[in-house]
Amino acid sequence: MDMLIKFLVAAVGAGTPLLFGTTGEILTEKTGHLNLGVEGMMSIGACIGFMVGYYSDNFVLALCFAALSGAFSALIYAFLTVTLMANQNVTGLTLTIFGIGFANFIGIFVLNKSPEGTLKLPEKITAAMRGIHIQGVSDLPVVGELLFSYSPFVYIGIFIAIVSAYYLNHTKAGLGLKAVGENPGAADAAGIKVTRVKYLNIILGGAICGIGGVYCSMIINGGVWISDNVGGLGWIAVALVIFANWQPSMAILGSFVFGALRVLKYYIPQSIFPFPIAFYDMLPFLMTALVLVISSMRKSSRINLPASLGLNYYREER
Amino acid sequence: MKKFLSLLAVLAMVVSLCACGNNQAPAADTVQSTDDSGAETGAQTAAGVMPAIAKEDIKVGVIHITDPAEGSGYTYTHDLGIQGMQKNIGLEDSQIVRKNNVNDSDATAIENAIRECIEEGCNVIFATSWGFMDTCEALADEFPEVIFSHGTGYKSNGTNFNNYFGRIYQARYLAGIAAGLKTESNKLGYVAAMGQDNSEVTGGINAFAMGAYSVNPDCEVYVKVTNSWFDPEGETQAAQALVDLGCDVIAQHCDTPNPQTVAEQNGVWGVGYNSDMSKDAPGAVLTSVMWDWSVYYTFAVQSIIDGTWSGENYFGGMNEGLVTIAPLSDLCADGTQEAVEAARNQITKEGFNVFDGVIETNDGSTVGADGSTLSDGEITGSMNWYFKNVVVK
Repeated sequence: MDMLIKFLVAAVGAGTPLLFGTTGEILTEKTGHLNLGVEGMMSIGACIGFMVGYYSDNFVLALCFAALSGAFSALIYAFLTVTLMANQNVTGLTLTIFGIGFANFIGIFVLNKSPEGTLKLPEKITAAMRGIHIQGVSDLPVVGELLFSYSPFVYIGIFIAIVSAYYLNHTKAGLGLKAVGENPGAADAAGIKVTRVKYLNIILGGAICGIGGVYCSMIINGGVWISDNVGGLGWIAVALVIFANWQPSMAILGSFVFGALRVLKYYIPQSIFPFPIAFYDMLPFLMTALVLVISSMRKSSRINLPASLGLNYYREER
Repeated sequence: MKKFLSLLAVLAMVVSLCACGNNQAPAADTVQSTDDSGAETGAQTAAGVMPAIAKEDIKVGVIHITDPAEGSGYTYTHDLGIQGMQKNIGLEDSQIVRKNNVNDSDATAIENAIRECIEEGCNVIFATSWGFMDTCEALADEFPEVIFSHGTGYKSNGTNFNNYFGRIYQARYLAGIAAGLKTESNKLGYVAAMGQDNSEVTGGINAFAMGAYSVNPDCEVYVKVTNSWFDPEGETQAAQALVDLGCDVIAQHCDTPNPQTVAEQNGVWGVGYNSDMSKDAPGAVLTSVMWDWSVYYTFAVQSIIDGTWSGENYFGGMNEGLVTIAPLSDLCADGTQEAVEAARNQITKEGFNVFDGVIETNDGSTVGADGSTLSDGEITGSMNWYFKNVVVK
């Protein structure tokens, strides 16, 4: 029982970076733009957020700069694909490679100047980002640990996902965004400013990914800088968008399920389930494949894939 | 026009990326002929199988699997060794060519990296990762005048291609003593990159467990396998799972210092690997199991200069100074220093080889025989059992 609670807590921790990446990518894809640069945007957010935290000792400032740098890297993508109409897949992949290289370059540059030979965030920040503790509530048995013991990132991530879900389904701007993703020509004719909507949401998505990145460099890596610190999580987030069926509310469930599947191999008693480790490594992706098969078999279920995903919008060819 | 502009912008991103990637590679020098000077300095004076190369004509190519500036891990430690060798021998910066981030499962990338080194005039190649082995073997045939030295594998050709590795298990045995004396829960955790079928990792776990057992027969070693040589998140999660199981010393055979920072945040202790990780987690690290690759690199390059390069495999240990543990931190239990020194003496002076005599495994069988020790081949190639106090849970 005790181990079960610890497993669930670990699953939430492992799912949080995926939640940011997935929510950000859902907003991006809803504009009809497939941004494969999630890993790169997260890397840039991880790097800039970490460095700002390292030099300023300020957690909130680090968070803001992580979001800003993620937004800026998404702006590059938006400029290339929306305005210049470059191929979305190629631009996204380039952004990933660029982002990882940029983050490692800055990391190496600062690391070489550090007298200790390591970059470790000051205790003030590590204390702020570790699990919250609310007097009375966090001490409750089971509930306290399961609901009120996480790092602030977890609550920020869930909050962003819920707000995004509301934004997409219940606001005029969100419905306009969905229209752009389905059929930009029709949306344009209806008076929606397609280019502006695309820019805003791609940048917003990038900002959310950037926060996910700083979670990697600050929490997963314990506040010590290492190269390649996002470690492929951005790619899993891209897969999770399909799992979540382009719904931010499903992204919460999806990312925590994926998180659970990723830590399962460390918590499952091997004496009872003697499967090879590789089996557990496969599970999250097996799950995605299953969800794809099931959702394509159930014709009645609404598939939220934006109809014009991956297609650039040429206004002149309308 | 727009298409052209976008193409240009994408191109600019690619170019800036290349600029980032190559920042460490020194500019190509003109290829120097090594034959003349080799003859002058008296080739084959000793038992060398290759002609000697004068110090100023040596050019070393290093093939790294990741980037030396990664922080604390494998490549960082190897590059410290290269820098140490450069200092010991007195080579110029231009005499060292580094190829970083060479994917060790991509034979084309490996071959290109090595060929680039040779084109830049390198006559000694150090390849630091397991996966570089077969490419080195093939290229050693093609370039008989270039010396290839490959780390962590087992192949060699006796002339211009050898293999180097070390008895890291000796250092792990000492670290096990420090951990066994420190633990209060009698549960030691071990984050392992690879499972039981990998002799290098498994041998390290066994030596650590035997060291701990020698001072604390009640303690157990819990193992969690990430199944990857580099997985920052997985290493964090594995360490957290070990802490959740009640382990209060977290040792590791993986690249990032993440298990140590997890230990620090949970108020338990740890044993680092590769370099001294007390800089990353000063509140947790008891000691670190360390490589000093400069010992081998200096030995190898010096023997090439002296003309005594033998082409034999190198398997150094504590006596050579290739492996060691970092100075014990103040966090260690009282008496640790004495116990560690006693064991160090046994290993370096009394011929104790850790895997001596009959060893009980955790599935009830035994390995080895009285009065003998496991051969180097068995230690590096076929150690696929766990010592009796190792628990895979």
